[in-house]
Amino acid sequence: MSTDNNRLYESMGDKTLRYVTLLMAILVVILMVWIGWQMFSSSQESIQHFGWAFITSRVWDPVHHVFGALPFIYGTIVTSVVALIIAAPIGISVAIFLNEMAPSTIRKVVAFLVELLAAIPSVVYGLWGIFVLAPVLRQSVEPWLTKWFGFIPWFKGAPVGFDMFGGGIILAIMILPTITSISREVMAAVPIAHREAALALGATKWEMIRISVLSYSKSGILGSIMLGLGRALGETMAVTMVIGNMPKISSSLFSSAYSMAAVIANEFTEATYSLYLSSCIEIGLILFGITLLLNIFARLLVWSVARGPKGGHLV
Amino acid sequence: MINVRRNFVNKLMLGIFAAATFLALVPLFALLGYVIKNGITSLNLDFFIKLPAVMGMTGGGMANAIEGTLILIAIASIIGIPIGILVAIYLTEYDRYSWLSTTVRFTTDVLTGIPSIIIGIVVSMAIVSKTKHFSAFAGGVALAVIMIPLVIRSTEEMLKLVPHAIREAGYALGISQRRIILNIVLPTAAKGIITGAMLAVARVSGETAPLLFTALGNQYWTHSLFKDPIASLPVQIYTYATSPYDEWHRQAWAGSLVLIAIILCLNLIARFAFRSRSN
Repeated sequence: MSTDNNRLYESMGDKTLRYVTLLMAILVVILMVWIGWQMFSSSQESIQHFGWAFITSRVWDPVHHVFGALPFIYGTIVTSVVALIIAAPIGISVAIFLNEMAPSTIRKVVAFLVELLAAIPSVVYGLWGIFVLAPVLRQSVEPWLTKWFGFIPWFKGAPVGFDMFGGGIILAIMILPTITSISREVMAAVPIAHREAALALGATKWEMIRISVLSYSKSGILGSIMLGLGRALGETMAVTMVIGNMPKISSSLFSSAYSMAAVIANEFTEATYSLYLSSCIEIGLILFGITLLLNIFARLLVWSVARGPKGGHLV
Repeated sequence: MINVRRNFVNKLMLGIFAAATFLALVPLFALLGYVIKNGITSLNLDFFIKLPAVMGMTGGGMANAIEGTLILIAIASIIGIPIGILVAIYLTEYDRYSWLSTTVRFTTDVLTGIPSIIIGIVVSMAIVSKTKHFSAFAGGVALAVIMIPLVIRSTEEMLKLVPHAIREAGYALGISQRRIILNIVLPTAAKGIITGAMLAVARVSGETAPLLFTALGNQYWTHSLFKDPIASLPVQIYTYATSPYDEWHRQAWAGSLVLIAIILCLNLIARFAFRSRSN
């Protein structure tokens, strides 16, 4: 009798654990859908009030109940693109250095330091941006760029330090670890035989990297850049602290601007009436939509190289 | 027979990669250097045991923010770590290959890319506007949502490293699947799971954006986890950094030093004390 009871108890325990874990797994998917639904339903008032004009309007005027998202979308995209232009080549170079060149002791130390860069809170980056980076940009870097490259509209204008250029640089530092670590992951998935084949044919190290490593992993590297872009678009605190927070659209990078995440951070709790709040959330919805699509696409690229839907190379 | 041009290009490219690596580390040292330099001079005993001073006054500390950060991390961990581990168990032990586990795995990856401020909005709409209170609970839930995918990912990787032979040995002895998972697989992967959880904790302890609309911030002690806004180091640093007072700027540097020290300690402990063989 007691063995029967035991078996019954064990099988119930088996089922309980199985169903609890299944429930939690489904919960993760529900959580994702719920986040999207919550954002969508909470911004309905603004969507119905402004329609598509919300995205193309430049006016953000809480006093007169008029809201448009264009300056924020512009600021977000420009800072993120500046960040990518700086961080993508450097981040991929670091990944190549770590995976293909560095001896193992140096690799361990440098990989740890790069991860440390990712561990520093964004608010600390912002603090450093306000008191260290912005003054340096205003006093030396930006006047120098204006002097020598002032004929390009991007580098025109009086340097303020708190501008899209500063925002882009801070973002570049923050997304570099993302690009490096995901690029390393996909480069590590390149079979050793490919490298040996290139070397056996007499390739130099760089040619081996180009022929075997980079061409094999290029779609995954593109994925890493897109994940970096996703991180840059949604990054809030550091950008809020250095971008200047002025809803302007200017061709000069040395102009104060505003980003989508920054306007939400600054105005969400101060939105005194429902249309105002709803407009803030609609900006969040746009941000959510862009980062969601970007992430889905980027993950598919990375999965196609490194992980794979079936649990990847570790199985 | 040495091809000069190819050799030159080779050296040049390798040199560029090494130089870029060096360049990438410059901001790290510049940032840490300033935080240590400006933080240490502003750090004193008062910082750890006193409430913030009245606006514009000198002195005071961040005792309430330090306590608040610990409370928020505790709430987030209590919610986030068990859920994350359970999902990872499902993905490795029960169902590795079906469309459902692929969907869950993919959703997890995508969830890590959702901006944290969006999590802040959603949790604020769901909890703060329903209960009419900014609270430690709301802040903790927001941080938990950020932790869950991180914990799932790291735990899953660790469980996958547990050899199949161990599970099969259990089955051969007639042990139930639940006991194999709880008494054999989890303990085998425990070090790695703890490492992952600590890294997730380190990651959320610096999060600011999701706390702005949930935990809000507070200049005083918090008495209720469900009814009072609560201070936290990151939000306090943000408030002080963007204020016009020199004294508050000094406190912001000191707060950053303490926050980075906490995060660094978590990272180092996770990496070295709990380092598993497989890593």
